Amino acid sequence: MTTLTPAPNAVRKDPPHRPGRRESLNKWRRRVPLLPALIFTIIVTQLPFVATLVISTFQWNILKPGERHFTGLSNYAFVFTDERLRAAVLNTVLLTASVVIISVLLGLGLAMLLDRRFPGRGLARTLLITPFLVMPVAAALLWKHAIYNPDYGLLNGTLNAVYRLFGAENGPTIDWLSNSAMPAVIVALVWQWTPFMMLILLAGLQAQPGDVLEAARVDGASARQTFLHITLPHLRQYIELGVLLGTIYVVQTFDAVFTITQGGPGSQTTNLPYEIYLTMFRKYEYGEAAAAGVVVVIGAIAIATFALRTIASLFREEVSR
Amino acid sequence: MTTTRTAPAAAPAAGPKKFRRKNTQGDQGSPRLTPVWTFVAWLATLAFFAPVAWMVLTSFHQEADAATNPPSLLAPFTLDQYELLLGRDITPFLLNSAMASVISTLLVLALSIPAAYALSIKPVEKWTDVMFFFLSTKFLPVIAALLPVYLIVKDAGMLDNVWTLIILYTAMNLPIAVWMMRSFLAEVPKEILEAAEVDGAGLPTVLLRIVGPVAMPGVAATALICFIFSWNEFLFAVNLTATKASTAPVFLVGFITNEGLFLARLCAAATLVSLPVLIAGWAAQDKLVRGLSLGAVK
Repeated sequence: MTTLTPAPNAVRKDPPHRPGRRESLNKWRRRVPLLPALIFTIIVTQLPFVATLVISTFQWNILKPGERHFTGLSNYAFVFTDERLRAAVLNTVLLTASVVIISVLLGLGLAMLLDRRFPGRGLARTLLITPFLVMPVAAALLWKHAIYNPDYGLLNGTLNAVYRLFGAENGPTIDWLSNSAMPAVIVALVWQWTPFMMLILLAGLQAQPGDVLEAARVDGASARQTFLHITLPHLRQYIELGVLLGTIYVVQTFDAVFTITQGGPGSQTTNLPYEIYLTMFRKYEYGEAAAAGVVVVIGAIAIATFALRTIASLFREEVSR
Repeated sequence: MTTTRTAPAAAPAAGPKKFRRKNTQGDQGSPRLTPVWTFVAWLATLAFFAPVAWMVLTSFHQEADAATNPPSLLAPFTLDQYELLLGRDITPFLLNSAMASVISTLLVLALSIPAAYALSIKPVEKWTDVMFFFLSTKFLPVIAALLPVYLIVKDAGMLDNVWTLIILYTAMNLPIAVWMMRSFLAEVPKEILEAAEVDGAGLPTVLLRIVGPVAMPGVAATALICFIFSWNEFLFAVNLTATKASTAPVFLVGFITNEGLFLARLCAAATLVSLPVLIAGWAAQDKLVRGLSLGAVK
């Protein structure tokens, strides 16, 4: 549990020889500034996961005191067979994949537009990153009440105004959060994450060497050819980075589900973090919550392995320069 | 294959990834958008900004004007909602948020700057392993740590205490800060450092005269990123605080249920709590992407 993956080792090994006393003193002198941060991180971030592992082997519900005892892997058996958790896993995958894919595509489009010069480009960029800067809970409330509300929300309000414009009596009253809860949550999250993707992809586009694009133009490549054969391969690692970082953050979505739908209607929008939260603070089944937490960590390790590899390749490129 | 590789014109196509240099032609060299695409770009921008604009506009309305259908955009402006919020309940939440984010940011800087120094300027052995250890902690889902953290904090009698949040936020942001600060410190030219040492400059002189000026923008950018993440944090704040230590996002929880006429006040509260991060984010636009990508993208 100490590290998620064996870290790619880019540093060459020192030739094997016995370090002298002076040399080892020197080594420790180099390590001193690092130690406070390292020790702090190990204590605060690693110990809780060890505790999670331990708790996950206990039958422990605080509503039934005196019944706390070791149960081995039975919590895991529960986690893997529980209908609600399986639904939560599926919801998490659906939510994460939709949000990440849609926001990468929108972000790519916006980044390509912002990579060109046009009047007010700086202002447009500032306005575009704003959704990402709004506090997530505030953004979720904004979507829930100010936009999706069936009676006075902006969506139905605009529909109503348009209907009246064309002479109809009234627009439809659509209860967005009951009819299509999952898409509603996805849209709210896409709105917040598109700027993030746009920023990473825009940085990628701007790191494109101008001379290559110039050469392609001189050689008579069409805009489409240039995009497919030069820009897209160049952007690949930035897209990967955006997808992976986005996945890691969006998988953990709690604020939006907690605020917009409370996992409902029923458990249609209950994702894993929210389900674990419910198990912990509504059902008080600590053992089950911990076991589910361990399973989530294992899932995260799988994603993180790819993410770390991508970051490592960007990192090595930078270090070797 | 061999002939195309040697031809200079085809070389970029063979490996465009290797040519990671900033566009040397600068901003003026990038092509212009046609008027049609300019229109599209602005349309998309305004579509994305509309919810924020709507939030700010509604926050200046009376409740009765905020909840009309169709929406009344031109209702008279008022500062009532802000007066109501600031006059009563929101202030302690904002103060807790300020305390938690500012102190944790200072702690992060105090821990990460020496660490970054030991990872770039005078690197320890296997410094890349250390870097990736820090990074890997960022990929652990917070929800899996919530239960043990809650139990430990409860046992220690530290529930509903701002310092609990400060410690957790410091741990949460430290890996980002280490990565960011290292990428900034790595820009200090090695030759100048060596030259200074040959000239017999002591550590304080080196830090103040050579490292400091290069690192200062990095320190500012790192501080802003850490501030943003701590200010917006919700999961720990809502589960580990009750009344005394609750931060701004927890204040908003009161608005979740669908009762009463409160849209204008909600919008005012949402605007108010987002304002510090909006200002910080706008100010740090150029550095934002570097922090969000943990220093991987410049």
